[in-house]
Amino acid sequence: MNDPTATGPARVEVRKTYKLFVGGGFPRSESGRTYAALDAKGGFVANMAKASRKDARDAVVAARKAFPDWSGRTPYNRGQVLYRVAEMLEGRREQFVAQVRAGEGVSERAAAAAVDAAVDRWVWYAGWADKLAQVTGSANAVAGPYFDFSLPEPTGIVAVLAPQASSLLGLVGVLAPAIVAGNTVVVVSSYARPVPAVTLAEVLATSDVPGGVVNVLTGDAAEVGPWLASHMDVNAIDLAGADPELARTLEEAAADNLKRVLRPAGTDWAAEPGIERMVALLEIKTVWHPIGV
Amino acid sequence: MSGSGFDYAPAPESRSVVDIKSAYGLFIGGEFVEPHDGRHFKTVSPASEEVLAEVAEAGPADVDAAVAAARRAYERVWSLMPGRDRAKYLYRIARILAERSREFAVLETLDNGKPIKESRDVDVPMASAWFFYYAGWADKLSYAGQGPDPRPLGVAAQVIPWNFPLMMLAWKIAPALAAGNTVVLKPAETTPLSALLFADVCQQAELPAGVVNIVTGAGATGQELVGHPDVDKVAFTGSTEVGKSIARAVAGSTKRVTLELGGKAANIVFDDAPIDQAVEGIVNGIFFNQGHVCCAGSRLLVQESANDELLTSLKRRMATLRLGDPLDKNTDVGAINSAEQLARIHELSDVGDAEGAQRWSPACELPEHGYWFPPTIFTGVTQAHRIAREEIFGPVLSVLTFRTPAEAVEKANNTPYGLSAGVWTEKGSRILWMADALRAGVVWANTFNRFDPASPFGGYQESGYGREGGRHGLAAYLR
Repeated sequence: MNDPTATGPARVEVRKTYKLFVGGGFPRSESGRTYAALDAKGGFVANMAKASRKDARDAVVAARKAFPDWSGRTPYNRGQVLYRVAEMLEGRREQFVAQVRAGEGVSERAAAAAVDAAVDRWVWYAGWADKLAQVTGSANAVAGPYFDFSLPEPTGIVAVLAPQASSLLGLVGVLAPAIVAGNTVVVVSSYARPVPAVTLAEVLATSDVPGGVVNVLTGDAAEVGPWLASHMDVNAIDLAGADPELARTLEEAAADNLKRVLRPAGTDWAAEPGIERMVALLEIKTVWHPIGV
Repeated sequence: MSGSGFDYAPAPESRSVVDIKSAYGLFIGGEFVEPHDGRHFKTVSPASEEVLAEVAEAGPADVDAAVAAARRAYERVWSLMPGRDRAKYLYRIARILAERSREFAVLETLDNGKPIKESRDVDVPMASAWFFYYAGWADKLSYAGQGPDPRPLGVAAQVIPWNFPLMMLAWKIAPALAAGNTVVLKPAETTPLSALLFADVCQQAELPAGVVNIVTGAGATGQELVGHPDVDKVAFTGSTEVGKSIARAVAGSTKRVTLELGGKAANIVFDDAPIDQAVEGIVNGIFFNQGHVCCAGSRLLVQESANDELLTSLKRRMATLRLGDPLDKNTDVGAINSAEQLARIHELSDVGDAEGAQRWSPACELPEHGYWFPPTIFTGVTQAHRIAREEIFGPVLSVLTFRTPAEAVEKANNTPYGLSAGVWTEKGSRILWMADALRAGVVWANTFNRFDPASPFGGYQESGYGREGGRHGLAAYLR
């Protein structure tokens, strides 16, 4: 028997099998399937749950359930909740840097830059929550005795195929603009680099983001994407992580209930985002009322 | 509608103010040309079934020529022209539409079947106002919220419906041109004439050739146009079914799309609402333009305690609606636009009977010729009934009841559509609460069916995407 006090071989690490993040909880895939996430050099990192059609549907149910509360919060409150995500993410900075570095095969410096930018992105979007109405809304000067104004509202449930290459910064770059205005989200992570998405789910679970606002499915976008694209209770789909052929078929399927579609656009996730992504997931509502005594 | 002792004498507007040619070509590259394969179709007056003119049916070669003309005009003239000059052309068009408004009103009423007082007081003035409004944007695009140097998209393919032919043309063409795009527009098969007269306006305004091209035809022509590979932008107003097929057709392309589709608007009346005003709003909401309005208030939700009083007033008011010759200035309800649409209204109304709702129409004589349907309400309607779920696009109102504001919202939002809604109540805080809770792109509170070029219009969910009107409508034509 080994003497536990003697200098022996390196400690045997605890190998992880991660789960999905749905409705604020961490269920296994209903299918029971897993797949191995590898680092950029092909080494084993962790087992990931491989999401199925049923998982996608459960996630949509969770997102729909969370929508009234989240969209009904004051923008000030949503801004604070997003800011808190930035704080929590910053607290796990080293962990994210290591995971981004391993998964994307980039240098320590590049990984750190991506993580810092991801933190900054949450801060940037947090500040938008209570400014979107003024920037995208309007008072309308109509030719008659009416008070007429237009305001943005969240589109509803947004399915997101996260970027495949930029595993954290790209993910934040599609997630934050979707939820800041009150949408709730089902996101399919990068297939080959899923670990930062799971760690981000752990961040969200321990932050103030209500359960169901963000649901994270690890797995194959080509397998899960079609079920989300054709789901009649999903209102919009962001195809950032789909290749052109997949994006075309999913856009076709999305027409069944006229989902708002964001096509993949070769976005540079490190650049300042602009408001297009947020605006694409908003509806403008116009209200008229007569003026009189 | 008759026998009251106060019968109106006929007061028809004269048809002689407008010259209708016996045949029209396609308007491509600034001039009228014959269609490549020589095919024509007839357009009839729905009030009399009289043939008004023969109109060219554009085939693939014609669509191709129109898109090529638009591309040439975009690259060589329109996208290079300073905004202030584009503005002047649009102002010219606005002015000419106003100057020729009687001509347009009579033509629209003949081809569409809508009452002259609607084409004269709503459609034509609104079309002119739309050009006037967007003319002013043409040299101010950097203030439109699209960044410091917004660019046009290129060639826009625009397909419009038959319910407001000229007004829809204006909603489409004015923002497109202001932003620096050129257009190929296809008017509806049953109402092509006002668009062809608009081509004449473009010539009169000396708009550079190819900036506006008009191709007439049916669904196949529209499909050809939106599917054309050299089109950068597709704008469509029409049925949700066709909207979905367009969304599928552009999948995987770089074409930008806006869709303004069907609706099944709830018009919600609380028991504290001023009943007479609400009744006017309900009548305007569903019988305006024979109910051929995508945002028509086709589901009336009445608070239970006000139901009897409201229905009594509504029926009394409906009995005063005058149905008949659309050219008569006293007519309130005109002709149904086509035999096909009339058949659809009959079909869904019969389903309403079969499913157990109670039908009521005022005593009403329908003209012998043409396509007519009396103003109709169904009471005892439930949410499961097809007449409460499907767009009828005719003068048919389904009446449901509710008890609490929460129930009203629940029922109003229980639809895949989301274009418009109405709320009638004297309580301000309730109006704002309802306006917030209703999932619809336009909410009219204590009014209904108001439109303005400065006011964004468009739907949630399956009522389409994008907005028309205001700064938001401009964004649909810029990048």
